[in-house]
Order: sequence, then C-alpha cells, then structure tokens
Amino acid sequence: MSILIDEKSRVLIQGFTGDKGTFHAKDMISAGTNVVGGVTPGKGGQTHLGLPVFNTVKEAVRATDANVSITFVAPAYCADAIMEAADAGIGLVCSITDGIPAQDMMRVKRYLLRYQKGRRTLMVGPNCAGIISPGKAMLGIMPTNIYMRGSVGIVSRSGTLGYEAAAQMKDLGIGVSTSVGIGGDPINGSSFLDHLILFEQDPETKAVMMIGEIGGPQEAEAAAWIKENMTKPVVGYVAGLTAPKGRRMGHAGAIISATGDSAAEKSEIMKSYGLTVAPSPSELGATMAKVLAQAGAH
Amino acid sequence: MRSGQQKSEEGKLDIHEYQAKEILGNFGVATPRGAIAYSPDQAVYCATELGGWHWAVKAQIHSGGRGKAGGVKLCKTYNEVRAAATELLGKTLVTNQTGPEGKVVQRVYIEAAEPFEREIYLGFVLDRKVERVRIIASRFGGMEIEEIAKTHPEEILQVVVEPAVGLQAFEARELAFGLGLNLKQVSRAVSTILGCYRAFRDLDATMVEINPLVITKDDRVLALDAKMSFDDNALFRRGAVSDMRDHSQEDPREVQAAEHNLNYVGLDGNIGCIVNGAGLAMATMDMIKYAGGNPANFLDVGGGASPERVAAAFRLVLSDRNVRAILVNVFAGINRCDWVAEGVVKACREINVDVPLIVRLSGTNYEAGRDIIKKSGLPIISADTLAEAAKAAVNAAETAPPRKSGAA
Repeated sequence: MSILIDEKSRVLIQGFTGDKGTFHAKDMISAGTNVVGGVTPGKGGQTHLGLPVFNTVKEAVRATDANVSITFVAPAYCADAIMEAADAGIGLVCSITDGIPAQDMMRVKRYLLRYQKGRRTLMVGPNCAGIISPGKAMLGIMPTNIYMRGSVGIVSRSGTLGYEAAAQMKDLGIGVSTSVGIGGDPINGSSFLDHLILFEQDPETKAVMMIGEIGGPQEAEAAAWIKENMTKPVVGYVAGLTAPKGRRMGHAGAIISATGDSAAEKSEIMKSYGLTVAPSPSELGATMAKVLAQAGAH
Repeated sequence: MRSGQQKSEEGKLDIHEYQAKEILGNFGVATPRGAIAYSPDQAVYCATELGGWHWAVKAQIHSGGRGKAGGVKLCKTYNEVRAAATELLGKTLVTNQTGPEGKVVQRVYIEAAEPFEREIYLGFVLDRKVERVRIIASRFGGMEIEEIAKTHPEEILQVVVEPAVGLQAFEARELAFGLGLNLKQVSRAVSTILGCYRAFRDLDATMVEINPLVITKDDRVLALDAKMSFDDNALFRRGAVSDMRDHSQEDPREVQAAEHNLNYVGLDGNIGCIVNGAGLAMATMDMIKYAGGNPANFLDVGGGASPERVAAAFRLVLSDRNVRAILVNVFAGINRCDWVAEGVVKACREINVDVPLIVRLSGTNYEAGRDIIKKSGLPIISADTLAEAAKAAVNAAETAPPRKSGAA
C-alpha cells in the first residue's frame, strides 16, 4: 500500500503534447507510472509517445477509464483544466503549474465543493513537485533515484526540501511509502492535514515526515490534529527560521493572522503537540532514524 | 529588513494611494478631490486648481504609517503647500512598515482637506485560512487598528465572502449598520463596500484597505486613504494595474532579479546563497545560521536554471558588497546537475568571482555535475551534504580577505 497513487493508478496528462508535458511524461512512464493518455484541446485523435490524445477530459475518461490526472498547463488556463478534470470525475488531480492567480485557486476550491464527499476530487498542488510512491508510480517532476521504497510518508510544501529529506533518509537506509509535495502557493488544493489522515490510514506507512514553511496556518492546524488523532510518530521541520518578518502594506493581514506565522512559532507549536522537530535541515534523516528506533523499541 | 516569505508565497504588486483612489473611484467609491505633483510648483498649481481653504500634502510611498512618520502635512496657504512639497519630495521616509532603510518620496498627492466627524476602518484581504475574501471593518478607524483587534476583538466586524456568488448587499448592509451609521450614511457605505469588493475581485487584488473611511458632517462617506496590493500571478491579465508599478519603491536588486526571473531578497549577512526552490533556499539560510554564519540573501533560481540565469544570479549576489563567500546549493529535479555545473563554470570564467565559492550538487546527474566542477580546475570547494556545505561557507567567509573593487 501507499497513499494517493500506485502501479494501478490510470494516469492522464493534461497539456500532454507541450514541451513540459512531453518531457515529464517520459520520466513518469520510465518510473513505472501507468500513463493511459493525454488531453490537449485541438489535438484529439492524434497519438503522442504511443498514447492517445483527446480534446476533452470527459472523452479521455470514457476511452481510458483514467482516474488520476496531472496538469502541465500554463498558469492562465490551469484553473480551467483542474475544474475540467474534477467535472469529468477524476479522483486525484495533481498540478505542477507555478503561477496560478490566487483568485483562480479560490474559485477552484469552491468548485470542488460542488461534489459530495466520495465523489469529490482531491487536488494536490499547485506549484508543487508532485507525488511519488517509490517503485510503483510517480506523478510529477521528482528525481526518482533519490527515493527508496519503504515505510515513511513525506508531506512537504517545498519540492526540493522534500528531495533533501528523501535523500538523507536513503543514505541511512530509510525508505519512503509515498512522498507528497503540497506546494508553496497561498492556496493549496490539499493541506498537510488531508495527507496526514491518509498516511494514518495507510498500513504500509509507519511514520511521517512533515516539512513546512513560514506563512499560513496549515502546520499548526495539522499539529493539533496529530496530537488528538495520529497513532504514528511524526517528525516535523519548518523552513525559514532565519527569515525576518516581512514588509507589508496596511493592517488587514496582521489583524487576521495574529499568531503562529513564523517558523520559530510553528516549530514551538509542533513541539507542544508532541511532534519531534528536526534541529536543522541537515538532520531530517537522522531525526527520523532516531524516532523509528524509539518506536521499534516500544 | 526584508523577508524571503514575501516573494515565495505572497508575490504582490503594491501601488500608490492616488492610484488606488483612482481605481476605487471607478468602482463608485467616493474620495476627496486631489491631484498628483512631482515638484513644489506643480503642488501649488494643484492646490489652486482644487480650490478650497485647506489642503493635505501627502507623500506617496508604498507604505502605511505615513502620518506618524511626518509624511502627511495639513496646509492652510499656498506657501505652506509649497514648503510641504519641498520638504517631502526627495526625502527618505521611514515608517513602522518600511523597515529602517525607508522609502524615497518622488511624488506628493495634494488633496482638498475635508472636515469629518468619524473615522472608520475598512479592509479586504485574501484570507489563506478560509481561502476566501474576508472583509474587516471597525468603528474605530485610524492608526491603532491592530491594537484594537487585540484588545477589543468584539469591535472588529467581519464578513467572509462566498466566492460562488460574491458579496451580497445584505452583507454590506449588516456591516454598515454594525458600524453605527445613520440611514443616509448606510446607503453610501454599502456602495463603498460593494465597490471595493468589485475592484478586489475584478482586478485580482490581494488587499484593499481604506483607513480611514470618514463620515462628514453632511453624511458623505469618503475614502481618506486607500491602499491596494495585487496578485503578481494575475498581472498577465491586468495590464492597466501592471503599468502602475513604481520601481523606485522596490529594492533595485529585487527589480534586477525579477528581470531574470530570479527570486531575490537582500539580507544583512555575508554569505551569498544561490539555491533552487524557495523551501530549500530558506533551509540553506537556516543551515548557515546553524553553522554560525549569516546569509546575505535569499535567492531562488527556480527550475530550469540555464547558464544565463546562473550567471545573472552570480552577478546579483556579488553586487552586494558585504558578500564574503558564495554557497550554491542545487537539488536537481527538473534541473540536471551537469547543466547547473556547466552554468557555474561558465559564470566563473565570465565574471570575476572574487570570493570563495562552495558548490553542493544533489539529485539528477549529480556525479556528472561534480565531475565538471572538478575538471574545470577552478578553485571551487565541492561539498556532499547541506551540513558540509554550510560549514565550508561559514569557514570561508570568516577567513576570506575583504573584497577590493565594486564591479562584479
């Protein structure tokens, strides 16, 4: 088991025939991902990388039974692509695209709520590195060679910092069940909490590494949930301890986010909820090794 | 002080008060009459054209807290207008929101001063927590609104807008009645609130703030000040807003960085950083601090770091005279280490890199990348891990001799 994706996921690539779509489609296929086709409006009926191209996501789903999609679509059109996938019944949409307008994402999130739970699309990203279940499937732009198959889940806002964690763990012989990049944008499709719930339910995952950043309320919200509900150990880290407080215009931002935005505050919140916080970004792997050893001893 | 957070997750464009008032005016928000001046002569001319008895001469900088910092002058004669404009133009104004380096005043806004009875606070912001537009209003307008929010949260009225239908008139009405306004004032305040919301939605704003919104003796509702910020990611479809950008209000190095699609924020340490990915860039800065040093900047070269971009990154980092060492930390996903290494070697041959250089490459093709660095014969220190790289950079910065010339 793993979360979100495995070798059985039937993957559709939106923006399939573009440079980026093509380049990363090849990588995903060679990582074992079951790519079943792609969508590029206007190029339906063509074959690309030996796979069928469709004009719309609905057509693609009818023909291929796809249940997962990834968007390599320019920022101006990406919100539209995500909503199209949701409407076509795709269960998981991952968006790599960097630069989607915030109000577009606000509308996307609202649109996803049209569907009842059970039929509702889970979105990962945007502006993220994607998802990998090592040895099974990769949905994104991650370098597969730094991941070893194993039992630690990773959920990270930053793509490259997620790589850093996986590489440090691999050096210590610790493998990964699934690694998810939730993205660095102000509005994410899914949060730390969404994925922690999945990791808690996944029998293959024994522990979770959660890597946050300054800004936003997500890490604190997730930490509170962990304290109440999570049986598996969680190692945390928040990047940006040295980043000074930002410039700002006006007071509105300060009024709504009174506390808990800085890395130091978030680290403290994590500790207070019982997470083990890595003392530095070079000790992500070592901290996880320690936590796994302790869990094994009990 | 500046923050890495700003660029990585809240990329935004700020505009001046007079520009925000012009925009909001088009959405039905009433403002006092005013005009913009770039010289004392122009300022006096504006005052004569506006007419009236009193004028406010207001420094136009991208910051709040201007009143407290002496950036707003109330004048009763043309001579006072001239004197105020002369004093403000060219002055560096330091407010509680600019940071210690302040911002230079290059234009002043001359406004017909209106006597008023009450000051109200009205703000609109994209709230990350609920992922919707939140409206904040308080009958205690003026400068101490953050204090009020902490000590008297019950005096802060809030509405979260449902994005599927947008702000409804009843919601604006509830706010207006909640502020204790009379009937005439309520209908004008409702137009103001709805107008601000439409401007926010239609122009991809991330923040609209009117502080204060004033109520005059004859029941008019006027925006005495206005601030707007816009989502950088949406500027491609907001040409008119994009044209309002004023580079003089931004850090020149950040402007230079933006031209090369780099994400740069200057800090006050001496170890220059060139990293891919905002999170890893922040972690690299943390690591430098942890190893006993201080980062000189945040710099995210992003995905697809071409040799040109790497060279631009080096020029930018070296333009900071405090830099005593440079740490390049690349974890390649989309990037490939051999490309990045070629870029680094090329940059070193083209630019006079007169400080020690530490390079750490990881991820896709890292062996090939390290090989290219080694075979270049350049005095580059290679590091395998983040910890080693940070330690080497701190060491190098401590022992490096001071730099000679300013040109990089």
